[in-house]
Amino acid sequence: MATDERRWERFDRRRRLGRFVLTVVAAVAVVGSWQFMDIGIVRPETIPREVGDLLVRMYPPDVAYTTRIVGPLIETIQIAALGTIGALVLSIPVALLAAENTTPNAATFWLGKLVVTVSRSVNTIIWALFFVVLFGSGPLAGAVAIAFRSIGFLGKLLGEEIEEIDFGQVEAVRAAGASSVQVLLYGILPQVKPALVGLSIYRWDINIRDSTVLGFVGAGGIGVQLFRAVNAFAWQSVATVLLVILGVVVATESLSAYTRALVR
Amino acid sequence: MAAGERTWERPTVFRRRELKWAVYAGILGFFVWSGFGVGADPGRIAQGLGSAVSLVGDFLPPSATPRQTERILEKMLESVAMAMVSTLTGIVLSVPIAFMAAENLSPKPLYAINRGFISVSRAFNAIIVAIIAVKAIGFGPLAGILTITFKTVGFFSKLLAEDLEDIDMGSVDAVRASGASPVQTLLYGVVPQIIPRFAGLSVYRWDINIRTSTIIGIVGAGGIGSVLLTAFNRYDYQYVTAILLSIIAVVLVAEGVSAVVRRRYN
Repeated sequence: MATDERRWERFDRRRRLGRFVLTVVAAVAVVGSWQFMDIGIVRPETIPREVGDLLVRMYPPDVAYTTRIVGPLIETIQIAALGTIGALVLSIPVALLAAENTTPNAATFWLGKLVVTVSRSVNTIIWALFFVVLFGSGPLAGAVAIAFRSIGFLGKLLGEEIEEIDFGQVEAVRAAGASSVQVLLYGILPQVKPALVGLSIYRWDINIRDSTVLGFVGAGGIGVQLFRAVNAFAWQSVATVLLVILGVVVATESLSAYTRALVR
Repeated sequence: MAAGERTWERPTVFRRRELKWAVYAGILGFFVWSGFGVGADPGRIAQGLGSAVSLVGDFLPPSATPRQTERILEKMLESVAMAMVSTLTGIVLSVPIAFMAAENLSPKPLYAINRGFISVSRAFNAIIVAIIAVKAIGFGPLAGILTITFKTVGFFSKLLAEDLEDIDMGSVDAVRASGASPVQTLLYGVVPQIIPRFAGLSVYRWDINIRTSTIIGIVGAGGIGSVLLTAFNRYDYQYVTAILLSIIAVVLVAEGVSAVVRRRYN
């Protein structure tokens, strides 16, 4: 019987070939990369010893140092909060431009996409370098950097939410004679409000992590203390700062998860 | 009639209205306090934005001498190479950790230790890890590889462990019931269920690693970041713009490749 000769195969020939080619390309890339960096690499087998050595020097953490980092820690949290609220305000127009159903024309659509792309491709620390030049060193530069980095994230995800709204409600509000601001407030905003709140909290959580490193380029926060302690080889103080950062980040993450579960 | 007295209220997460306003007031108060905390007075912002206008002129147009272009290319290659190598090392190390961090496959103490490791890896920004890696093993791409590997393990084993917790234990039991050893149970009962996700996650993490490898040079861990910091410190802003454009280009290409591969092989 003909059916007996049919064999079951997981993938057809084209897919298997594709997978094979992809695997080979990846393998060649990794080997080539290792070769390329050979100049910069000396004896990777020493890594465990060096790292272990560092951990030994970090123990025990310098408890007395905690009093010195309370101020910078609060500053870090403030930078993250202000950066997030600033980004939220700025990202709403960006999201409206970047959503296919609310953008006025093709040019504004691409403008929205461009803002989102540039904001997302440039890391927070690079934005911070830039704003330290503009505002001088200090937490203000950090807050603005956090805001500019978050615009892309919020603008992109919020834009996607706006694209999925029920346009019937918007038409209804418009048909009742609402101005464009009123259409925004009563037709669009109520539909994306849960997403708006959830995304902002999620981004705030990410921003707390990001704002811990702003101090390395002079943009304020706990990174300043960490950088100083590292440069002074005060490893026990470094351990204290790291533990404090770990605590704050874990607490933030739990708070963020809890609040997002509430609004969902 | 009772029906006439029914009123509609907007759904809200707060049980009491007073609580709602208290929370809102608290949040507002926090922002005001933060504003003072970071010194965000309107005068200073206006001044900064004013100087921004003249400074943006200094950043444009992007330009680089032939030697600088060569330097961008060389360091960018180093960034990409770091990302390639550490994606592989990170994924290889993640697999055992993910199995140990999956609640349904691992004993309790082992589960707790590995979850703890994942939390630590995820909590610290790559720059923090990089600065410590540089102090531990010296400047250069090896510190970068160590950093990205460490960050990859946290991310990858967390998501992989969650996938492992979601697998269908029925097929695992079936393999075990047919007399398979523990290793065979893993290979034929567990692994086939997570392979598709595994491929998608790897490419996704590779994409993130390319981004990370472009910045950790700022603290001396190899890659294009070092060039960027030097250019900033020399006030060579047109060169800075050229470097930034090259970073954006590479990040976009990586994102595109990652999106295409994930769509085709997921």
